[in-house]
Amino acid sequence: MKYVCFGYLDTESWGKLPPSEQNAMIDRCFAYDDVLRKNGHWAGGEGLQGATTLSYREGKVTVSDGPYAETKELLGGFLILEARDLNQAIQLISNHPGIRMGRWEIRAVEDMGPMIEESERRRAGGK
Amino acid sequence: MASPEPIPLVLDALYRGESRQVLATLIRLLGDFDAAEEAMHEAFRAALEQWPVEGVPARPRAWLVSTGRFKAIDALRRRAKFEAPLDALGEALLPAEPEEPDGGVETLPDDRLRLVFTCCHPLLGTEACVALTLREVCGLTTEEIARAFLVAPSTMAQRIVRAKAKIRNEGLPYEVPGAAELPGRLEAVLQVIYLVFNEGYSASSGQAVTRTDLSGEAIRLGRLLAALLPAPEVHGLLALMLFHESRRAARTSPSGDLVLLADQDRSLWNRALIQEGSGQVARALGSRRAGRYTLEAAIAAAHARAPGFEATPWGRIVGFYELLVRLDPSPVIRLNRAVAVAFRDGPGAGLALVDGILEGGELATYHLAHSARADFCRQLGRMDDARASYRTALSLARQDPERRFLEGRLEALG
Repeated sequence: MKYVCFGYLDTESWGKLPPSEQNAMIDRCFAYDDVLRKNGHWAGGEGLQGATTLSYREGKVTVSDGPYAETKELLGGFLILEARDLNQAIQLISNHPGIRMGRWEIRAVEDMGPMIEESERRRAGGK
Repeated sequence: MASPEPIPLVLDALYRGESRQVLATLIRLLGDFDAAEEAMHEAFRAALEQWPVEGVPARPRAWLVSTGRFKAIDALRRRAKFEAPLDALGEALLPAEPEEPDGGVETLPDDRLRLVFTCCHPLLGTEACVALTLREVCGLTTEEIARAFLVAPSTMAQRIVRAKAKIRNEGLPYEVPGAAELPGRLEAVLQVIYLVFNEGYSASSGQAVTRTDLSGEAIRLGRLLAALLPAPEVHGLLALMLFHESRRAARTSPSGDLVLLADQDRSLWNRALIQEGSGQVARALGSRRAGRYTLEAAIAAAHARAPGFEATPWGRIVGFYELLVRLDPSPVIRLNRAVAVAFRDGPGAGLALVDGILEGGELATYHLAHSARADFCRQLGRMDDARASYRTALSLARQDPERRFLEGRLEALG
C-alpha cells in the first residue's frame, strides 16, 4: 500500500532554534529519508514552497496568495511511503525526526482504477 | 541461479507461511513489537537481495530471524546516531547472556504461543485483543481488520497503537503463563478466538450474515492453538467452530434468507469439517474435564451426526444442556435448553421455561427469546400470543435475513 504523508512545520518553535540546531535537524531528517529508501519504504517525496490558492467563484478563477487554511503550521513537504498497512506507516513516521518539528498527516492512497474505468465508460457512451 | 523457483515466489510463500513465527521470535529477542516488525521487514528485504546471488539458505526461517536481529542492532546504532539514547530496547539487544551457537535465534514453537497470550492479555481489553491478535498472530493488515469490523482504518490503527503502548508501558511479560495463571489466561484467549469466529459467522449488523474470512482466521487460530497447547477446552472450541462452519453453505438460501436447522439440506454440510470436529470433540470429552466449549461442541456434534432433523437425539442434547447450565447458568444457555426441552417434551414445556426466563427480566431485549416464545405459542395454537411475540422479536432484530424470516412467520399467521 502507498501512503502520502504530509509533514507540517511548527514555524514558531522552528524559528526559536539556533541555526546550528536547525541544520542538525535537517540532516537527521534527510538521513532518515535515506534509511526509508534503503529499506524499500520510499516511494517519492518533496519539500514544498509557499502556496498559491486557486478558487472558482461566479464563473471566474481567483488566485490568492497563501494556503487555503489559515494556520501557523507550514506544509513543509510530503513523502510517499510504501508500507504493508496503516500501522506500519504510523510506525515509520513515528521514527521520523521531523515529527519533533510539527504534525504529520498520513493518508492512504485511494485506488482510482474503478472510478477511472467508470468515467471512461461514461465518456465513451456520451459520444 | 540453480533455484527451481524464482526467489520472489519463494519469499512470498515464506512470508505467508513463516512470517508470523519469525515475528514472534524477533519479539522475544528484541523485546519490542515495533522493532521486531521493522526487523522482519528488513530481513525479508535482505533475502530478496541476497538469495538470488547466494542461493536459498538451508534453514530459511533461522536465516530470517538472525538477519532480522542484526538489522535491529544496526537500526539501534543508527538511532543512537540520530539522538535517541539507548533505551530499554537497546539494553534488551545487548544481552549479558553468552551467545549460543546460532546466536540464540532458533525459533521456538513457544514463541507463537507467547505471542498469542500477549495479544490476548486481559489487561488490554477485548477490542484491542481482537485487533492485535488478527494483525500480529494472523498477519492481517490494519485495513483488512478495519473492514471486517466496519470501522475506519484510522480507528483500528489507533486501537493497535494503544494496545502496543500498553504492552510496553505496563511491561507485560512476553511469556506463556505459568500453571497457576494458565486456566484464566487460556479462557481469555479462547474468548478472543470465539469472538472473531462469531464476528465472521454472523456479522453484528449490515447486509451479510456471514463474513467467511474472519471465521476462517478463527479456525486457523484454533488449529494453531490445538497444536501448541492441547488442552481439552482448546479442542472443544476448535470442534465447536468446525461444526458451525460445516453448516455454512446450508444456513442461508441462494436469496440470502436464513434456513433453520430443521429445514437445512444436510447434503450441503461439509463432511470433512464434521469429521475433523468429531475427532476434536472426542479428544476433549475423553479428558473427562469437559468445559463450556466442549459441551457446546458435543451438542453441535449430536446435530451433525443425525442423518436428518427427525433423527436428532434430543434426550442426549438436553443432557448436555443440563451440564452446561450447571457450568454457566446464563440466560442464553437456559434459552437454548428450553428449545431442546420443547423438542423432547413438547412446546408447552418449552414455553414454561422461556416464560420463566423472560419473567426474570432477562433477555427482554434478545430477539431470539421472543421468536422462540412465538414458535411455541404457534405450535400450541395460541395465534394472538404468537403474533405479539413475533412482532416484539421483529422490533429487536437487527439483521436483514433475520428480519425477513420473522416477517415471513408473521405473514404466515395472517
